[in-house]
Amino acid sequence: MTIQSLHKRKSDLANSNKQLEILSNSIFENGSLPKFKDKIAETNKFPLKAKKLEILQINVGYMCNQVCKHCHVDAGPDRKEIMTRETMQQCLDVIKSTSAHTLDITGGAPEMNPNFKWFVEEAAKAGIKDFIVRSNLTIIKAHKKYYDLPLFFKAFNIHVVSSMPHWTKGKTDKQRGDGVFDKSIKALQELNAIGYGMPNSNLKLDLVYNPSGAFLPGDQMAMEKDFKKALNDDFNIQFHNLFAITNLPISRFLDYLIASENYEDYMYSLVEAYNPEAVNNVMCTNTLSVSWNGYLYDCDFNQMLGLPVTSKVKHISEYNDALLENRHIAISQHCYGCTAGAGSSCQGVVT
Amino acid sequence: MQKTYYDPSDLKKFSKISDWNQELGDAFFEYYAKVFEAGSLTAREKSLIALAVAHTIQCPYCIDAYTGDGLQRGITKEEMMEALHVAAAIRGGASLVHGVQMMNKVNKLDM
Repeated sequence: MTIQSLHKRKSDLANSNKQLEILSNSIFENGSLPKFKDKIAETNKFPLKAKKLEILQINVGYMCNQVCKHCHVDAGPDRKEIMTRETMQQCLDVIKSTSAHTLDITGGAPEMNPNFKWFVEEAAKAGIKDFIVRSNLTIIKAHKKYYDLPLFFKAFNIHVVSSMPHWTKGKTDKQRGDGVFDKSIKALQELNAIGYGMPNSNLKLDLVYNPSGAFLPGDQMAMEKDFKKALNDDFNIQFHNLFAITNLPISRFLDYLIASENYEDYMYSLVEAYNPEAVNNVMCTNTLSVSWNGYLYDCDFNQMLGLPVTSKVKHISEYNDALLENRHIAISQHCYGCTAGAGSSCQGVVT
Repeated sequence: MQKTYYDPSDLKKFSKISDWNQELGDAFFEYYAKVFEAGSLTAREKSLIALAVAHTIQCPYCIDAYTGDGLQRGITKEEMMEALHVAAAIRGGASLVHGVQMMNKVNKLDM
């Protein structure tokens, strides 16, 4: 079945305020479950404060060639929000001066931004230690204009991070759309062929695992072992690390949870799996997320919920390290997704 | 009064069995955790065994728990169903193998 973005469907949930309302009502309003603010206050972690910036994550647009069921961005071919060259230039000014060790380019499919290659070439000049592009893999096979992406990534020593919900076609296509598995496999083989993901290779290729349903991810190391064995046995594919990421209850995943009548049970499992140790390392405390139009957020999820940074500085053009450090992180109940079990971030577990 | 014997939310209260006997409750849960650690068998294999046994003993709590556990471990529905057929085969076989006893008896008594 073809999935459409919430925006295309004109769903109520396309409005982020509606999502925030759901996350604060019912079970959290009647006291069945504690609000995130109260939960972290138990260990004196409220307000949650930003530390030194380590990761600058830039979302260059919500346009995507895929429409995944669980997408927190509500990305799809119909989304027209794309970062302009002017905003990219403002980001580059920050990239050149930042002390962050990681630059993380995401989307949508970031490669669909017409200025993507220019931006990568310019950003690479800053010599940031770890330069990540989150590529959905199928984009490499989507059109001939993208066929050269593996070599382009290699030329700039890009760290490729790609989603792969399972090592079987059935589970992958159910979450990410028909045909995604086969194309992803071909793309991974091409990346391997030029050195990406090979043992001892400096060309880093990591995979992201999101559960394909209303359940939490299993142990990251055990999953990595199973993924490596299955992908190697079946397709002769190699990769470096697997990041197990919990699906946060926002956007299309929230829509799925509600439609499948799993919302309450899922929130209960997130709260039951709450791990106070994970709070110490949640990514919002060392990350800054920049939206397609240059606004600043504590994380990509807050960006999608329209929860801006609580700082005088609101836009990348006004970037100021000192003013952003120690800011209070904007939170709601979706934050339980990052503190469940071993914790979750764009780089996998946090404990 | 509760209308059914089983309530899904009771599964979450499992640890409360220790309230009425802390020592034995603690000992049980310590043993339980140890059993499911990876050893000669992987934790994944143990999860599949647990799922098959859950169906053999028809424990709704265990079926709930180990179906969820299997999904978290990336176990596919095909693997789960194969495990259940192992349970069903042993269970069916256990009935049928007693047919030998029936046959022995018939052969002894019948002219």
